[in-house]
Amino acid sequence: MSKIHVTTTINGDPVDYLCDAGESLLDVLRDRLGMTGSKEGCGTGDCGACSVTVDGRLVCSCLMLGAEAEGREIATIEGMADGETLHPLQRKFIEHAALQCGICTPGILVAAQSLLERNPDPTEEETRYWLAGNLCRCTGYDKIIRAVLDAAKEMREAP
Amino acid sequence: MALDSKTGTAPRDFKIIGTRPARPDGIDKVTGRARFGADMSAPGMLVGRVLRSPHAHARIKSIDSSAAEALSGVHAVVTRADFPTPEADVADILDNCMAGEKALYDGHAVAAVAAASAAVARQALKLIKVEYEPLPHVIDVDAAMASGAPALHEGRANETVPKGHSPNVMARHAFGHGDIDAGLAQADRVLERSYRTEATHQGYIEPHACLASMGADGQADLWCCTQGHYMVRNTCAAILGITQGQLRVTASEIGGGFGGKTTVFLEPVALMLAKKTGRPVKMVMSRAEVLRATGPTASSSVDIRLGMTSEGRITAGFAELRYQGGAYPGAPVDMGAMSAFAPYDLENVRTIGWDVVTNRPKAAAYRAPGAPMAAFAVESAIDELARDLGLDPLEVRLKNAAREGTRASYGPTYPAIGLEATLRTARDHPHWSAPLGPNQGRGVACGFWFNFGGDTCVSLNITPDGTVNLSEGNPDIGGSRASMSMMAAEELGIPYDKVRTVIADTGSLGQNEVTDGSRVTFAVGLATIEAARAAKREMCKRAAQVWGIDEEAVIWEDGAARPSGPNAGEHPPMTLAEIAAIASNTGGPIAGHHEVNAEGAGVSFATHMVDTEVDPDTGAVTILRYTVFQDAGKAVHPSYVEGQFQGGSVQGIGWALNEEYIYDDDGILQNAGFLDYRIPVASDLPMIDTVILEIPNPGHPYGVRGVGETSIVPPLAAIANAVSASIGTRMNDLPMSPPKVLAAIQAR
Repeated sequence: MSKIHVTTTINGDPVDYLCDAGESLLDVLRDRLGMTGSKEGCGTGDCGACSVTVDGRLVCSCLMLGAEAEGREIATIEGMADGETLHPLQRKFIEHAALQCGICTPGILVAAQSLLERNPDPTEEETRYWLAGNLCRCTGYDKIIRAVLDAAKEMREAP
Repeated sequence: MALDSKTGTAPRDFKIIGTRPARPDGIDKVTGRARFGADMSAPGMLVGRVLRSPHAHARIKSIDSSAAEALSGVHAVVTRADFPTPEADVADILDNCMAGEKALYDGHAVAAVAAASAAVARQALKLIKVEYEPLPHVIDVDAAMASGAPALHEGRANETVPKGHSPNVMARHAFGHGDIDAGLAQADRVLERSYRTEATHQGYIEPHACLASMGADGQADLWCCTQGHYMVRNTCAAILGITQGQLRVTASEIGGGFGGKTTVFLEPVALMLAKKTGRPVKMVMSRAEVLRATGPTASSSVDIRLGMTSEGRITAGFAELRYQGGAYPGAPVDMGAMSAFAPYDLENVRTIGWDVVTNRPKAAAYRAPGAPMAAFAVESAIDELARDLGLDPLEVRLKNAAREGTRASYGPTYPAIGLEATLRTARDHPHWSAPLGPNQGRGVACGFWFNFGGDTCVSLNITPDGTVNLSEGNPDIGGSRASMSMMAAEELGIPYDKVRTVIADTGSLGQNEVTDGSRVTFAVGLATIEAARAAKREMCKRAAQVWGIDEEAVIWEDGAARPSGPNAGEHPPMTLAEIAAIASNTGGPIAGHHEVNAEGAGVSFATHMVDTEVDPDTGAVTILRYTVFQDAGKAVHPSYVEGQFQGGSVQGIGWALNEEYIYDDDGILQNAGFLDYRIPVASDLPMIDTVILEIPNPGHPYGVRGVGETSIVPPLAAIANAVSASIGTRMNDLPMSPPKVLAAIQAR
């Protein structure tokens, strides 16, 4: 089976790769590009652990083909921090102990960042509904929601 | 284990214990750098995949893998025939990893392949021809106990099972004391009820994954996500017929376990594929494989008889518990029977537990294994009886609460325990007196868990620049490296960030029990404190040597050795860093270590309070408010203690309201995915409020009790009690899914 040549941008870097026609973007990221920050919890779009953004839109990378990334701008958890400076969401997740095992954390951070880009002042309820596609089995979500709301507050108050 | 020799567990002025520092693995986990089970690769690696039974119960007549082996890119096929005949203690584990004569459940592994790519491996699985002879199957626990039920195994029942029972009954467990009939005769009201719970899955988000390599010389390396890499080593070595010393296991970061990663599934298969191919083999389960073939918990069917006086004193409690634990013996019904009445001080109490096999995946431990279902039955019965008698359900629990000196229903006599404190705090909390609206109800329930210690081994090394490396052998599943660093720093009197804790591989430390039984902060913490004390003794000795005084005349205080006593003389204190800097000249590197089978784990109790609202048109239940009151002994890192309370509660909410294994008539699992096996999501829930109580455990130097498991014990009953109050009729079958609740409303 011949492979497809894809040219794309990931976290601002130009990237090209060969992939099979049936290969998901998640498999490309993890197995071909060594970007294992996005996780596979289900492979069916139910858990959100593989969340990335494509041209600014939040998607489950397990539900998108690697070939569909041609010409797009992909953002993953690996691009969230600015060098050694963590994104406020990342910092607040550590500060609030919003992770226990941490497997869902990359996907939840990507999804939360996507929320705050659209809505810098979400209510608790809006935050809960936005993150309803990201499963966490450890925390009961309490500290996750608090961390997101606290990060939003800090980002709003930043000069 | 005595109390901390200097200060006991009396109130003590901790500097670091009780604070909330950032966890050492925090940045790795928020940046995607942390390496979990599926995140590791090796040069020349092959992909391993498993072929699974499509039948609930079938004899395997033949397996022909010749076509698969002939496929280009396939390097090996493994079946049960490749494994040596196992010793009895790992026979069921191997049979669960790779079926022998029979496939015992839908999803049971029957063969595995190693191939150059995932695509080739998938193709190869389709070419393996398995000839099955389908057999009658049984899924339900009560059906499996009935005479004439299809038998999974013949002659496996142990000596506790009286003659005449179904061959699916594996064991009978009995606990208690007193005279049930006499106790019931003293009651003003006697309640007899039956309760059922469905099987639920631990639901960790990270599927099982491993990377194995094995040389022709028998030396092997394994990377895997597990709650216990020493257990993986010992089990795999026994299954493969190699020595434990030849197999080095490294635990990856672990993406949740909750008990489900306390056994092996892929690991022996990956090692066998690596052995046959001479290449590293990586195996990762799909979510469907996780749900079909790894450890759900038992489903249960429980009968209760409970007698109460009109004042609310329980005169007798009897429970008969039937748990199915899947295809092999070992349902956690013994622990259900032990824990059922553990919160109460009863003169007459008896529990009987039946361990039953069915054509389902072998149950694995799930957070306080066996206890939530037992508590669901007992706490529901107490609630119903209290309300029937017009009594306050919290006061009834307080009236019967176990306390220091109570003879527990499972045998021992309790030392200082925290149940009463949780009940009193709950009664005085504003939640208990907050008003409720229409279709709303409030429920409470208590829960108990034993907690555990076990084999533990740590090594604490002082570096030349005066920082500290702590090596321990228990995968960190929820922040325990932070807790260990805190205890080491507290004991040494140095800042938290001077200590780095790592999880060592099996070649670097002695045997360590699995991360289970809420044991890590207790047992590894205890060993860490003792290792730090050993290092302090050595550092005092080095200072004494420098000062030319007797080492007995040196004490350790605030991170430094200090002369003490009348003959010590005047010497400026020597800090840890100063002693470390000259260690080479005073005898060599400085370290402390501790090896122990930790005893003295303190039992743990909780009271949960929940408000629910039921939609009378749909039967849907909303959790409005939830408060946890639990005794932590001493909360080392309160954020992670709260996290355990919250996480366990929400797993309990899922168990109570949504989660269940659903089988069709052929015994095939119908909901093997996160869409249909629905765990709670953020929009289902309110904040989970927590109240940490600290009744010190006399068995730990700082008073620590395990906190991880107790939080899943009360929610099933607390929510059932709340829903029952909301709709005015009892809900005795879980899950309380909308159709069931609606039917109950319509039948009332």
